[in-house]
Amino acid sequence: MSGDLVDTGLLGPAHLPYLLRLADGSLILAQRLLEWCGHGPVLEQDIAFANIALDLLGQARLLYTHAGAREGRGRDEDAFAYWRDEQAFLNPTLVELPNGDFAQSVVRTYAYVAYQHGLWPALQTSTDPALAAIAAKSHKETSYHVEHLEGWMIRLGDGTAESHTRMQRALDLVWPYTTELFTEDTVTLAVAADGLGPTTAHLAEQWTGATQAVLATATLQAPPPSPFRSTGQQGRHSDHLGYVLLEMQALTRAHPGARW
Amino acid sequence: MYTQSMDVPSDEVSASPALSDAEASATFDARCARGEFIEAKDWMPAPYRQTLVRQISQHAHSEIVGMLPEGNWLTRAPSLKRKTILLAKVQDEGGHGLYLYAAAETLGTSRDDLIAALHSGRAKYSSIFNYPTPTWADIGVIGWLVDGAAIMNQVPLCRCSYGPYARAMIRICREESFHQRQGFDLLHTLMQGTAAQQAMVQDAVNRWWWPVLMMFGPPDQDSPHAETSVKWGIKRISNDDLRQKFVDAIVEQAAVLGVTLPDPGLKWNAARGAHDFSPIDWTEFWQVVNGHGPCNRERLAARVAAYDEGAWVREAALAYADKQAARQAAAVTPATERRSPP
Repeated sequence: MSGDLVDTGLLGPAHLPYLLRLADGSLILAQRLLEWCGHGPVLEQDIAFANIALDLLGQARLLYTHAGAREGRGRDEDAFAYWRDEQAFLNPTLVELPNGDFAQSVVRTYAYVAYQHGLWPALQTSTDPALAAIAAKSHKETSYHVEHLEGWMIRLGDGTAESHTRMQRALDLVWPYTTELFTEDTVTLAVAADGLGPTTAHLAEQWTGATQAVLATATLQAPPPSPFRSTGQQGRHSDHLGYVLLEMQALTRAHPGARW
Repeated sequence: MYTQSMDVPSDEVSASPALSDAEASATFDARCARGEFIEAKDWMPAPYRQTLVRQISQHAHSEIVGMLPEGNWLTRAPSLKRKTILLAKVQDEGGHGLYLYAAAETLGTSRDDLIAALHSGRAKYSSIFNYPTPTWADIGVIGWLVDGAAIMNQVPLCRCSYGPYARAMIRICREESFHQRQGFDLLHTLMQGTAAQQAMVQDAVNRWWWPVLMMFGPPDQDSPHAETSVKWGIKRISNDDLRQKFVDAIVEQAAVLGVTLPDPGLKWNAARGAHDFSPIDWTEFWQVVNGHGPCNRERLAARVAAYDEGAWVREAALAYADKQAARQAAAVTPATERRSPP
């Protein structure tokens, strides 16, 4: 997609890290979702998670390709995905957490796609036209993802006593990691100032409104606010990302320079 | 001819309750002989139904178990493009499983019953999925040879006498031929690559060649269900004929790739107009079919674990659906009628 548009270099020092935060978020969540393939609770769900993972992979690939073109140092999508080390990955910690049981996977995936659902419309007026175009395409996909995950949030939250207990436990575990999505830092401030993307306050408002309604219908309680802050978007990750990358990158790195 | 016959009204046999079993059976055989499609509501002999349930469910189980050996490389695919292709392919296999379970359900057996038969070991799946996938080249070879053999087996099923199965097979065959080309493309890229990549391909071909030839099933003289399956239009080409057709096609493709097929006895026989090949070791085939292949236990264990660990999810979804139905019923029922009796 970015090939159709004129790439005129990076718009400031926050531009590349911002694109990588978005791309890495989609890639690492896809990598987690595809671990479910062949192991889901019902065949239709294997197909649904694979579908969502395919969309997320597509988003990551467009964003990496665009980031590489803007950066102008010859990095392609695979250079970003396979040849960066853990600390160069800028995904929020939320998406690298292990899948846990199906409840934990549902809550984590819902939390992130609901965030993307507020993000893509705001990016459609970005001063980076290729990013705006990627956002427009991705928003259509994310709308389906949100609908699918909302369905499971409600069904499992308001299903049986066991499913409710599992969902509440998952929510208590996962929810504190969502604060990072809305934490202001030099990148988000610069992005908002340059018109590249929305403010974190705008995103927080969108996300909180949408998720509160779903949690209420699902008869689930968000845990009370905590001072905990994850820092994946700064390149400081949990114990889990290293293993994700080790597995993802192993074959490629064993054959430097090879084509696949 | 076959698509036309799909539209032919089937009153002749649907009216069969009035006929004696012998008459219904004769009419049924005549329809099969004319190449007509049999549909779900048509009268059919019990053994025809049983044969189809066995074959379609076995096919469905193969698609689902077949997701596992390829799924083994989803997290490790060496480029984002290959990861995308592989994930889309494995997802397609899940879709094939769904159409096929649905086709089997038209014969009156539920998906739950079919899955229970798989998990208890009563139902089989294709033995080929009991082999491991230790290298990335295995993913290419599964596409090229395993899907290639599956297509060879399945294209004749698009003309199978049972309509729902035949229609599912048309769609499946289209997707499988796409998968086969993707597998070939993967291998072709590796064969243009480094010495290590080329060696990876040759090793994978060496391991898969004989198990793939076994996918066509035992030699014709040892095929227990063949004769009636041919009469009823469930099977149209014999195991040995399909196997020969496959070998002849693959020899040329192997030459294009630059890989050697691991059979010193493989050579062109001008008199027959076909390739001769060495005898197949059927001991290995029967060992794997009977549960002693390299991965039988872990494949089935993975399926059983997914099902058991997902039980609470399925129960919750049903409980929620019941609650919703009760809420909707309550919402449309006037309050006076909802009062409990005194």
